[in-house]
Amino acid sequence: MKRTWQPWGALAWLAGILFALPIGWMVLTSLHSEPDAATNPPSLTAPLTLQGYREFFGASTGQSSWPPLVNSASASIGSTVLVLLLAVPAAYALSIRPVRKWTDVMFFFLSTKMMPVVAGLLPVYLFAQKVGLLDNISYLVVLYTSMNLPIAVWLMRSFLAEVPTEILEAAALDGAGLITTLRRVVAPVAAPGIAATALICFIFSWNELLFARVLTGVVAGTAPVYLTSFVTSQGLFLAKVCAAAVVVSLPVLAAGFAAQDKLVQGLSLGAVK
Amino acid sequence: MTVHSPTAQHRSVPLRANAPRLAGQWARRAPLLPALVFLIAVTQLPFVATLVISVLRWNALDPTNTGFAGLRNYLAVVTDANLRSSMLNTAVLTVAVVLASLVLGLLLALLLDRRFLGRGVVRTMLIAPFLVVPVAAALLWKHVLYNPEYGLLNGVLTEVWRWFGSDHPPQPDWISGMPKLAVEAALVWQWTPFMMLILLAGLQSRPIEAVEAARIDGANAWQVFRYLTLPHLRRYLELGGLLGSIYIVQNFDAVFTITSGGLGTANLPYTIYQTFYQAHDYGQASAAGVVVVVVSIVIATFALRLVSSLLRNEAS
Repeated sequence: MKRTWQPWGALAWLAGILFALPIGWMVLTSLHSEPDAATNPPSLTAPLTLQGYREFFGASTGQSSWPPLVNSASASIGSTVLVLLLAVPAAYALSIRPVRKWTDVMFFFLSTKMMPVVAGLLPVYLFAQKVGLLDNISYLVVLYTSMNLPIAVWLMRSFLAEVPTEILEAAALDGAGLITTLRRVVAPVAAPGIAATALICFIFSWNELLFARVLTGVVAGTAPVYLTSFVTSQGLFLAKVCAAAVVVSLPVLAAGFAAQDKLVQGLSLGAVK
Repeated sequence: MTVHSPTAQHRSVPLRANAPRLAGQWARRAPLLPALVFLIAVTQLPFVATLVISVLRWNALDPTNTGFAGLRNYLAVVTDANLRSSMLNTAVLTVAVVLASLVLGLLLALLLDRRFLGRGVVRTMLIAPFLVVPVAAALLWKHVLYNPEYGLLNGVLTEVWRWFGSDHPPQPDWISGMPKLAVEAALVWQWTPFMMLILLAGLQSRPIEAVEAARIDGANAWQVFRYLTLPHLRRYLELGGLLGSIYIVQNFDAVFTITSGGLGTANLPYTIYQTFYQAHDYGQASAAGVVVVVVSIVIATFALRLVSSLLRNEAS
């Protein structure tokens, strides 16, 4: 290709920089001291410090921010494992050895996803209150599993459907049993898909606020709930809030970029390849 | 797919062959059952409970005065000015954010579809906003960008005005001045990458031969876009729009964080959260929840029809 001035390329770069600018600014602010973070006009060249991060982890208040992060991690990882345990067999029964009317089953799964979470919030709360599951991570694990299960089933089915029928038939002809077929034929093809599904479920659980806000308190509060404590903040807190936003977003950014290739397929429930 | 009528099948299959066949069917269904049972228990039962509570007179602050309320809660929902305005807000917010991010996403996807230096980097930068935790993104916009005294937006205005020798730059109070637009802008920033990714996938699945043939026949760039690209993208635009609507109709994080539902921005999820979390009127909150579900079902029906057309292609 001839190296010429590329106006479209320049425009794309401009758009990319504009979209990434708030994030870049957030990172820069998190590395400034509080007085430097709150100046007008902004101080671009102020000295960098890790004070905001130290504050976030409780340098002066002694209140560490690890518990909400650990809670978020347990809820997200726990529910992702549970989702996979339920979704992988289900997807198998919807693609490789499909049940009759498998499309109807698929649509049932999807329709539960389209029901607004907020509509079931009250019974979910009252039930937790009754059986003593308020402020308990395991309750969030169950709810996040139900929230992500339809997505995971749809995604996993679209990944398992990519296993060529001919190979499955050949394996059956060679006398391979169910376990061997799963391990030697299905798993290698489906493994990247399973990984991407897990990452996407992890992101959705990590981001969730409404359930966590209503159902947890001091013990089981997750990272997004912790962040809401900044909603009404006043005074010098910008560096700290930016540090908090960066730390809480890091796992999602990492998972998202790791799943980048499959992200579209995941977000469109497997409809777009 | 073929359609079996069960009676016809029973007649045609001999009795003895029926038993292993049935066993085979159940063996096929078995891996599906745990997921199905789990999902019905966790998502359908609460909704049934919501339906029941929605016809009850039940306020947590007045627990002795409970009973059957008939459709009174629904009447309250429909006549309550707050709830009506939050319904309208939900519709406006959803339509505005989905349309704006679709248009922006389409423009960005068209740019990214071209070859240029550093395309991978630009793609990564454009995806990044979608990968910021929603509450963190809302906090970022509220405190770091919109703040009237030290926010980045007004800071840039000060700086730019200073270049031109002025000490009196405009310093608008973004959130109080334009609360709805403030929430919408933050959401458009997060959802444009989502639309862009779906539309980019659509662009890249476009049959290249047709475009080349059209070019040879003398079609210009606009004609190629209008008559080849856009029709091909239609399904992807619909899909992005519908999936985006499903998520944004339910948006809670941005409204809760940026305006705390104030300044006339409360949408239905926020209002329901508030009725039950603060006012403790369980019956009315449930009735409002049922209304949200009905609205969602209307959107979802369209979404399901679209996705089913994609799936049918695969099943046949």
